[in-house]
Amino acid sequence: MSQHTSSTRVLVVGNGMVGHHFVDALCQQQMGAEITVFCAEPRLAYDRVHLSEYFTGKTADDLALTTPEHYQQQGVTFFTDTKVVEIDKSAKKVKTNHGDWFEYDKLVLATGSFPFVPPIPGNDQPHCLVYRTIEDLEAITDSAKQSKIGVVVGGGLLGLEAANALKQAGLETHVVEFAPQLMAVQVDAGGGRLLKDKIESLGVRVHTQKGTKEIVAGESCRYRMVFGEDDFLETDMILFSAGIRPQDALAREWELEIGPRGGIVINNQCQTSDPDIYAIGECALWNNFIFGLVAPGYTMARAAASHIAGGDDSFSGADMSTKLKLMGVDVGSIGDAHGRTDGALSYTYENQPKGVYKKIVVDGEQKQLLGAVLVGDTSDYDTLLQYALNGIELPEFPESLILPDSGEGKPALGADALPMTATICSCHNVSKQDIVTAIDSGNGSLPAIKSCTKASTGCGGCSALLKNVVDSELAKRGVEVKKDICEHFAYSRQELYHLIKVGNIRSFEELLAQHGKGLGCEICKPAAASILASVWNDFILAKEHVSLQDTNDTYLANMQKDGTYSIVPRVQAGEITPEKLIVLGEVAKKYNLYTKITGGQRIDLFGARVEQLPVIWEELIAAGFETGHAYAKSLRTVKSCVGSTWCRYGVQDSVGQAIDIENRYKGLRAPHKIKMAVSGCTRECAEAQSKDIGVIATDKGWNLYVCGNGGMKPRHADLFATDLDTDTLIKYIDRVLMLYVRTADRLQRTSVWMDNLEGGLDYLKDVVINDSLGIAAELEAQMQHIVETYECEWKKAVEQQESRKRFRAFVNSPEQDSNIVFVEERGQVRPATAEEKASLNDSQRIAIKELA
Amino acid sequence: MSEQKWKDICELTDLVDNSGVCALVNGEQVALFYLPASQSVYAVSNWDPIGEANVLYRGLMGSVGDTPVVASPLYKQRFDLTSGLCLDDETISIKTWPVRLHDKAVQLAC
Ligand code: SRM
Ligand SMILES: Cc1cc2nc3c(=O)[nH]c(=O)nc-3n(C[C@H](O)[C@H](O)[C@H](O)COP(=O)(O)OP(=O)(O)OC[C@H]3O[C@@H](n4cnc5c(N)ncnc54)[C@H](O)[C@@H]3O)c2cc1C
Ligand code: SF4
Ligand code: FES
Repeated sequence: MSQHTSSTRVLVVGNGMVGHHFVDALCQQQMGAEITVFCAEPRLAYDRVHLSEYFTGKTADDLALTTPEHYQQQGVTFFTDTKVVEIDKSAKKVKTNHGDWFEYDKLVLATGSFPFVPPIPGNDQPHCLVYRTIEDLEAITDSAKQSKIGVVVGGGLLGLEAANALKQAGLETHVVEFAPQLMAVQVDAGGGRLLKDKIESLGVRVHTQKGTKEIVAGESCRYRMVFGEDDFLETDMILFSAGIRPQDALAREWELEIGPRGGIVINNQCQTSDPDIYAIGECALWNNFIFGLVAPGYTMARAAASHIAGGDDSFSGADMSTKLKLMGVDVGSIGDAHGRTDGALSYTYENQPKGVYKKIVVDGEQKQLLGAVLVGDTSDYDTLLQYALNGIELPEFPESLILPDSGEGKPALGADALPMTATICSCHNVSKQDIVTAIDSGNGSLPAIKSCTKASTGCGGCSALLKNVVDSELAKRGVEVKKDICEHFAYSRQELYHLIKVGNIRSFEELLAQHGKGLGCEICKPAAASILASVWNDFILAKEHVSLQDTNDTYLANMQKDGTYSIVPRVQAGEITPEKLIVLGEVAKKYNLYTKITGGQRIDLFGARVEQLPVIWEELIAAGFETGHAYAKSLRTVKSCVGSTWCRYGVQDSVGQAIDIENRYKGLRAPHKIKMAVSGCTRECAEAQSKDIGVIATDKGWNLYVCGNGGMKPRHADLFATDLDTDTLIKYIDRVLMLYVRTADRLQRTSVWMDNLEGGLDYLKDVVINDSLGIAAELEAQMQHIVETYECEWKKAVEQQESRKRFRAFVNSPEQDSNIVFVEERGQVRPATAEEKASLNDSQRIAIKELA
Repeated sequence: MSEQKWKDICELTDLVDNSGVCALVNGEQVALFYLPASQSVYAVSNWDPIGEANVLYRGLMGSVGDTPVVASPLYKQRFDLTSGLCLDDETISIKTWPVRLHDKAVQLAC
């Protein structure tokens, strides 16, 4: 044993993810160890798992797992840019590349691994790179800037991640794989085939079964990769991602036991062949296996720390299941994905049109899940993983776990069905019991539970499951999930609505003074403005309201990327006279505005400067136009088809109905925008079933559809009532819309609102058609108030000097924003790009039309 | 420290309560925000370095804790009106100017 009597001296070689986790774990043991860390990289540990996010804007600081200050506080000594180069096992000391010697009682090797570069002649040229450290990524970024085409050698998990990075950098990207399929470790041949199709459809060229013989100078590109005679690929840069090799040089040279194919041999306590030397993470070989994932490394780190502190945690292997998104393609792999266990049977489901492949591997008795492969849809991953990890007995028909839901519902394995021992987060080894304990000791929210248990702070793969468990446990304890709108109000939108209405509150200032704190923010201000408008319908640019509006509402126009605005006059139901059409053309010509037909059957004029808006609107108003509210969370358009007036199939006047409806609801402020449509027959040319409110003519009247939308998550509207006469139709729409305005969350479209109503569509029908809450008359009266107090905001704005003042570009100068520059394209203006701005001379810029 | 010279920029009545306006000062666009409750004025650059356009005065004014902020009208990042620091990306900050109300005039030190 060592001579010195005080604390144990622990030296840690390598400060990667696992080395760092070890330091944390040992500090937690509170044994007063004297810890010294050697780190070959220029910075302390960072999150290698999320390394690729460096390309999407994360900085080295964002990725850092610790800071020098934090290590200092923990009393950890560290040396960056410092490599350990020699181990003297008998004297128990190590030497660094700077020539210094350090003595140890316990030595921990956490040297990780290095990328394997196949021994291809020409592989050492300047634009031949690897993907492992922040420095590597910097080199890739530099190289990408000087390249048009990039090749990734290796089609494994990391290779595809690297390919994505090259693609994002705008390069024509190829993946060259030696094996017949992609991701051969994790997925089977069927999954690999689908994965290849998907990745290729995203514009990455995949070349399987290609071995590179040499890299020589190219003709059209920097390099040529030669595969065979007349078989080659030209590229400007090459990224090797052909696997990793354990960084075991130190151990090898100083005679610790090494596996036949590399890796430092360890036992369950992570000790090497020298009991005072431990190895953990990707450099360690346990049971002839190297774990290339972070979670097993973390478990090793905890086992080693425990053993050094005299505890008895041990490492007994780890689950290698993974779920990830590669270039937007979901891929999951669990356990024995290839069905190599004796007697294993498998079930496969493939849906080629949808690009989904699922396979489960079960034991001979069909009782236990051994493995799974999921490509294109990993929604079943959490459930399957729990079956596999916890040995939960499979349902009678195991295939039901991967077959599409037939409507009867899948055999659910909710959070409740999991045993307390179930591992929820494998990165940090957090069980369901740990989460329950954390909740019972007072952690009442997801963030609190995350920071207490560390669950979901590693790879993040468990976040959905964690949320499920937490929500279900909190619900069991009667905890309500907080719905505060922001830091300034401890209320939901619905609660604010009631406070404003019942308390007769007329301004944000009153609301803040009575119920809030601080100054408000970009969340609560527009929400309050919208509620005030829905309830009182005051002029939104009135002095007390103007500062609450989002910029689009303040300037009554939609801001574009260069700070100019678009102008969308209302064209009810898309019906427009030739005279008005000419006015739009003339105004656009006069002010040199880009003109486009919108997806909502009207005309958008783009490129108006803030100071031009009132002048342009004066002209439009004079010609009979009014605001189209394209900027507002309110009624947008009521789309129509031509209907019975002209169409040989039409059964009602859909245009007339659409115009009436648009005029009724225009200006209504709501939690989100509202779109409507009226079709003249079941052929549905107005696409009413994709709208918040859809009306379709029948030979007896009108069918009403509600709560549909297009956009990011399209949802078909639900049939609400049939064969209505016009009065009933309007009555129902009044009620549905006002209930929505009253009770929806901010920025919640009608579809999400209804799906979240307890009782859903049936409940809504009950309230609206049967008046089950007895509020129908009130809802209608409130709508009537809005209808009667409608005023065109633009008309009012141009009439009032005070609001017109807001449209000055500068309060102290008549000049214009010199950064707004247009160039011509297809006969119209468009904003110049930054490069164009830098290179254009004055005569190439399109002159700005002066205001009269 | 060099001596600051206060220069009249505009009238108090040119400002908008709890919101912003823009002034052109020596060729630079200065966004001016006014908080009537505490009679405070803030002056920051009008250039949104993230959206890359001269728009910040058209953003919504609010607070984060005790810090007055403006949220860019383009992509909603918040900037501390006193320091210019972007709260959503601390590697980014915008220029600020010392500013004061003097009688009915808004003055900038430049
Ligand atoms: C101009 C227009 C595109 C065009 O050139 O055709 C357009 C342009 C914008 N849309 Fe749209 N949308 C336009 C029709 C649509 C449609 C089609 C339709 O209405 O039939 C949809 C899908 C239908 C739907 O909403 O259900 C549509 C779905 C969206 C969404 C996604 C909404 C969703 O719930 O997922 C957004 C984002 C949002 O609102 O949060 C959006 C947001 C926007 C914004 C406001 C984005 C922004 O903040 O800059 C764009 C600015 C408008 C402008 O500058 O004038 N736009 N947008 C269309 C204007 C129609 C009009 O006359 O008012
Ligand atoms: C792009 C990318 C994506 C990944 N994605 C995932 C994922 O989604 N999920 C997952 O589980 N895993 C993923 N991994 C793998 C994961 O990052 C590793 O399993 C983990 O980082 C291993 O940690 P480690 O500490 O053992 O090794 P490393 O993180 O490699 O750290 C070893 C450190 O030791 C240093 N070192 C080596 N020799 C010496 C010496 N002699 N003296 C001093 N220092 C030395 C090295 O410079 C290095 O800093 C990914 C890896 C990469 C590169
Ligand atoms: S829905 Fe189609 S078919 Fe029917 S009236 Fe309209 S345009 Fe004609
Ligand atoms: S499993 Fe990786 S963070 Fe939980």
